[in-house]
Amino acid sequence: MNRNASGVGRGNLPRLALHVPEPKFRPGDKVDYSHIVVPEAGKQPRPDESVAASETWPLCHDMVRVLGDDHKAIGPWDPKLDVETLRRMLRTMALTRAFDDRMYRGQRQGKTSFYMKCTGEEATSVAAGMALAADDMVFPSYRQQGILIARGYPLLEMINQIYSNRADKLKGRQLPIMYCSREHSFFTISGNLATQLPQATGFAMASAIKGDSRIAAAWVGEGSTAESDFHAALTFAAVYNAPAIFNVVNNQWAISSFSGLAGAERTTFAARAIGYGIAGLRVDGNDALAVYAAEQWAANRARANLGPTLIEHFTYRAEGHSTSDDPSQYRSAQEREEWPLGDPINRLKAHLIALGEWSEDQQAAMDRELVDMVKAATKEAEKNGILGHGLHHPFKTMFEDVFEELPWHLEEQAEQAIRERRIKWPTWKEYEK
Amino acid sequence: MTLEEAPLSLATAPTRRLNMIEAINDALDIMLTHDPSVIVMGEDVGYFGGVFRATAGLQKKHGKTRVFDTPISECGIIGAAVGMGAYGLRPVPEIQFADYIYPGLDQLISEAARLRYRSAGEFTAPMTVRSPFGGGIFGGQTHSQSPEAIFTHVAGLKTVIPSTPHDAKGLLIAAIEDNDPVIFFEPKRIYNGPFNGYYDQPVEPWAKHPDSAVPEGYYSIPLGKARIVRPGEALTVLAYGTMVHVAEAVCREKGADAEIIDLRTLVPLDIETIEASVAKTGRCMVVHEATRTSGFGAELAALVQERCFHHLEAPVERVTGFDTPYPHSLEWAYFPGPIRIGEAVDKLLKA
Repeated sequence: MNRNASGVGRGNLPRLALHVPEPKFRPGDKVDYSHIVVPEAGKQPRPDESVAASETWPLCHDMVRVLGDDHKAIGPWDPKLDVETLRRMLRTMALTRAFDDRMYRGQRQGKTSFYMKCTGEEATSVAAGMALAADDMVFPSYRQQGILIARGYPLLEMINQIYSNRADKLKGRQLPIMYCSREHSFFTISGNLATQLPQATGFAMASAIKGDSRIAAAWVGEGSTAESDFHAALTFAAVYNAPAIFNVVNNQWAISSFSGLAGAERTTFAARAIGYGIAGLRVDGNDALAVYAAEQWAANRARANLGPTLIEHFTYRAEGHSTSDDPSQYRSAQEREEWPLGDPINRLKAHLIALGEWSEDQQAAMDRELVDMVKAATKEAEKNGILGHGLHHPFKTMFEDVFEELPWHLEEQAEQAIRERRIKWPTWKEYEK
Repeated sequence: MTLEEAPLSLATAPTRRLNMIEAINDALDIMLTHDPSVIVMGEDVGYFGGVFRATAGLQKKHGKTRVFDTPISECGIIGAAVGMGAYGLRPVPEIQFADYIYPGLDQLISEAARLRYRSAGEFTAPMTVRSPFGGGIFGGQTHSQSPEAIFTHVAGLKTVIPSTPHDAKGLLIAAIEDNDPVIFFEPKRIYNGPFNGYYDQPVEPWAKHPDSAVPEGYYSIPLGKARIVRPGEALTVLAYGTMVHVAEAVCREKGADAEIIDLRTLVPLDIETIEASVAKTGRCMVVHEATRTSGFGAELAALVQERCFHHLEAPVERVTGFDTPYPHSLEWAYFPGPIRIGEAVDKLLKA
């Protein structure tokens, strides 16, 4: 029988119904997060790095937490960092937030076209990045500015890139925040989602082929785990036992799509590890010490030739997806206030205060200092121009690096671009370095 | 074999009679030996040596971490190759059929092709993606396609297509040594012999063809340099891969004094050789097996029209496959064979 799409089924069978996931809260809704299970800190077992992957799998449905409600570090996952390291971690997270705030305002003031903050997620990049060796290759998504800052990449270079100005090392080619620094083992950010994951696997495989000790660590949002690249990356990593870490930053939102549209109604993102037969950990992403400990565990495991780990960092995207986004259109503003895992900076600050190694006054003074530091870097960068002033780069650079050498057709097109420039912008002068 | 041991002159180098598969295998073997950063990977390429045997014996000789099988994921193969390139390797992934390259397109188009550009040279993707392409083997719509125009359309990719064992070896070595990503399409219809388009005649083995004489050891043929297969005065034929041999046979049959140019590399294109030839003959035919609309022939016809208009004595003729999926039983009705090419030659010469 040739049946059309009328929707009339057989009378004796129940009508099928498509399930389209819907977030619990929409704009104006009162937020109640009681369905989110937040286990007590310190209660999660910490298996040795050398265990069979399957021994980690209970942790895929748990949540590694170190910082308790009393702000003390507790349990087997406490990385027992010295106070100097804790202060540096706090400072780097606070600097990342100060930087985000300034750049966001800069975009609103027309200094650039686009910006993306990582507010509320600072631990997932800063603490995780600090647990890696400086030459471990990072394959970031677009919200890991904290890693670059933790690795000491100059703010000035970041702002030059964001402004696409004449000092931008990427020659104004990339959307703002799509950084790249080989020197800092920070792979060029794509903008296409999850493509960095199989690349991280490939880098890790190459390091293993060469008998090196470097590992690869990739970051991806929970929404992007739906991409086939995620599956390819984890399959390859599992098959070749690649020394790689896959960090899934589950910040609950992929622009306006909540995590349920990537499968969160069915299982955790950490539990994807079970299907691939690799180690998996689910971590309180707003607990910087838990994030550090998990990343360090995975790095130790990878470096010991024991294979890849998938880590889900359970966190919350406190701000919009980007400057082009308005989250008040699709989610309740109360979510941020009600988020049960708090704020990563406040929690680490409270921990240091509880240790007697920090104070609110010191925090306030540091915040002022960081604001000034970012402001100074911004002023310095503005000397190199801002995007609004446009046309910062010699036109020939548009054609360079397409190939190692300029083929004839690009030579011809470059000549045309320069000819057009003389007509369209007759007074424009190329910047002399 | 090292570079220093390479023969001083290709003309004086000892040669062996190889088919195209053997020539490709030889090139891979030489590069694996010569450069420790070269690795070969793909579906079935390891122990088994590839479904077309192009990698036969290489795993045994060079080891499992240099030549290995991959999961069935073109996205993963190309994506991993990008990461390997970032580390400093020079991967030579094989995609088993060009028809199956599409799941890897995002990694090729958005990643490999633009890595150098977007990182301002900090990261590159020095990979060579080998893939058998083209029809004429009763492969149906999933083992016959010629998708080269998808890749020539992408800024940052080079596209290379050999037509003889001699060229396959030299071009593959050049592609592997190239620091840009190269798509290396191998016309599988001529892996074992130079198909002339007359499908009902017995297959000629490569051994009888002069270009099956493959110099031993290392040599490379620069990318972006076309080969004049046969000089001529009456018309210029621009072709690549299998169609070089088909066009040559048809012109010979018709007694047309064609200058047949094997492009070898589509990007970067050897425009000088094309221009010089069309300026001489005043007539031009472009031939490819791929579908017609937006095919690489359209690019060639446009370039000839733009650059040689005042030399042209007739409109550029475009001979291609039809704009249909590659059919199975009607394969030879689809294939741009002697009749289609012959009619175009007649039209050009009468004009």
